[in-house]
Amino acid sequence: MEERGTSVEITIGQGNSEPRSLLNRSAPGVITAKSEELIAMARKSSLWPMTFGLACCAIEMMSTYMAHHDLDRFGIVPWPSPRQSDVMIVAGTVVKKMAEPIKLLYEQMPEPKWVIAMGSCATNGGPYYRSYSVVMGVDHIIPVDVYVAGCPPRPEALMDGILSLQDKIMQDAAERGKK
Amino acid sequence: MAYLAFRTKLCRTPRSVEKNNNNGEQTPEPNALLDEKGRLLETLLPNVLSAFDVSIGISHDLMEVIVEPADVVAVCENLKNHSETLFNYLTCLSVVDYVEHLQVVYHLYSTQKKHKVVVKANVSSEEPSLPSVTSVWKGSDWYEREGHDLFGVIFESHPGLAPLILYEGFEGYPGRKSFPLHDYKEW
Amino acid sequence: MVLSVDGERVVDMEPHIGYLHRGSEKLCENELYVQIVTLFDRLDYISNLNNEMAFCRAVEKLMGLEVPERAEFIRVILCELNRVASHLLFVGTFGIDAGAMTPILYTFRDREKIQSMFEAVTGARMMHNFIRIGGVKSDVPEDFTDRVKLLRDELIQGINETDKLLSFNEIFLARTKGVGTIDADSAIAYGMSGPSLRACGVPMDVRKDEPYSVYDRFDFGIPIGENGDSWDRYYVRVEEMRQSLKIIDQALEQMPDGPTITPTRFILRPPAGEVYVRGENPRGEIGVYLVSNGTDRPYRVKIRPPSFCNLMALKEMIKNTYLADAVVILGSLDIVLGEVDR
Repeated sequence: MEERGTSVEITIGQGNSEPRSLLNRSAPGVITAKSEELIAMARKSSLWPMTFGLACCAIEMMSTYMAHHDLDRFGIVPWPSPRQSDVMIVAGTVVKKMAEPIKLLYEQMPEPKWVIAMGSCATNGGPYYRSYSVVMGVDHIIPVDVYVAGCPPRPEALMDGILSLQDKIMQDAAERGKK
Repeated sequence: MAYLAFRTKLCRTPRSVEKNNNNGEQTPEPNALLDEKGRLLETLLPNVLSAFDVSIGISHDLMEVIVEPADVVAVCENLKNHSETLFNYLTCLSVVDYVEHLQVVYHLYSTQKKHKVVVKANVSSEEPSLPSVTSVWKGSDWYEREGHDLFGVIFESHPGLAPLILYEGFEGYPGRKSFPLHDYKEW
Repeated sequence: MVLSVDGERVVDMEPHIGYLHRGSEKLCENELYVQIVTLFDRLDYISNLNNEMAFCRAVEKLMGLEVPERAEFIRVILCELNRVASHLLFVGTFGIDAGAMTPILYTFRDREKIQSMFEAVTGARMMHNFIRIGGVKSDVPEDFTDRVKLLRDELIQGINETDKLLSFNEIFLARTKGVGTIDADSAIAYGMSGPSLRACGVPMDVRKDEPYSVYDRFDFGIPIGENGDSWDRYYVRVEEMRQSLKIIDQALEQMPDGPTITPTRFILRPPAGEVYVRGENPRGEIGVYLVSNGTDRPYRVKIRPPSFCNLMALKEMIKNTYLADAVVILGSLDIVLGEVDR
């Protein structure tokens, strides 16, 4: 190994900001956070979506789960049962005949739960906007947190949607703590 | 949208000029589009269906047979079992709404002889009913259920005409021209 | 699927469909011909280009429109690539249905390569809207031939890898051999088509029976099964992928230069009449029955979806099988509900 100049002394210091509390001042290497934020961090890092692919967007959703654009690195494991999942990614056209089952599945999911409307059909009816049997957007049936536009949205767009949902979870936790 | 309107104005020519074809080609003779199998069928069909009251013609490049609704099953059985035709494959069964009447169209194909034919039957719009061909081809089951769902055509002696693709309690027949498309509901 | 079971054995089955009925046929009656191509894209959403081709062929047949040769060759190459992509997805998902969680990762890796190629040519990974009435939307990039040759080598490697993993695996054979058998006469009576019918031993393929586009210039085989069980339906598709790559090779050699579209008006008014066109989708035989009354919107568009008839035959295949086999049989039919319900 070659000599790389002079050796440098490294000390662990406080950084730029004043430590906030007695605990921070006494134990400077310890990170503190509110419990809501910690729990939200845990929830967002391990979102388990219920596999709810209805139509074409389901194929892009599958592509996003697979090896090329991996979603497992975000902690996302597709889970078939609604009773153990956190997120419902509604991927595809919502037809009036399917509205009842969607509502049932949403109610079977335990709190806290979120919904991502993927694709333009789930957002507002999409290319079938004048059809007699299509619900113009899944938000007529269940409350939606994140809308991902596209027909179908690219895997990168869906990843962006999921990361936005993660930001939203953290933001909600921070705001809940402030009240 | 403005660009679309502009383009439309440019493209519109008087109807008398582009009467038939956008390319300006002449309408071909009715016989010219039939291939050799079609021409052979043209000679065979009158003999095969001599016992029935049908009218045989040509529809674009296919032989077409227009039958009375009551004769549909007998004609289809004849076409399926006759040694010259052997139409054992029902390619498609569709219903078209010409406002005064409904037309049920059967596209048939033979896996051995590899020729095709179209069989059509006209039924009235008020009471559309004709016999079901499920006894001839098992594969017509769901086509007939769909025809009933979307157009209201009643296929007699069908094993079970339950709604197939529309939800229970849907009112109206969406396939018909009288069902308005623009009058959609959000939910 | 509503099953009536007796212990572990399935006694009767009733498929309930209609949960994806979007009213495509009615919407088609109110749209211009060029707009309908996008609706056809979304029918069988895994083989988009094949659907577009069926519709465009129907309109071209009605109008008597000549398509330039170069456009035909581009169409064939893209359709065959789409067939490979569709069968790759089938192999992956069929593996998951049978319990094998690994092959899907391999097949989707190969599918991503094909989708990148599509993106380079058409601009989109799915829903290309590329095959237009009169030809194709635009010409292919300059390095298309080299890239497709490279892609073809990678694909054949990927297919062989997945084949080695899955096809003759003991567990896979035990789960699929002899399961869901149907004989040729019943299959024809139900109107089945495509690889599911060819697995029963019936050599029916629209590309050979009624060659359309430029398929009559290529030398390719049609894999045919013997028993009509799930394994045959699976292996026919694996072999079809190899044949598709053979067609792509020949098409690349024979592709001429020239225009890529016959210019037509934006608002087409085909002559009044009707036409029925058959095409070979990866899932079977697609049919488009187009009735025109001379105006700029069609009078009636009826789509004959391949998965519709294949699903009808499921009732017969599933009798007297175990409950666990029901999933495997449904998976082996390779249906896409977007086209069953339209």
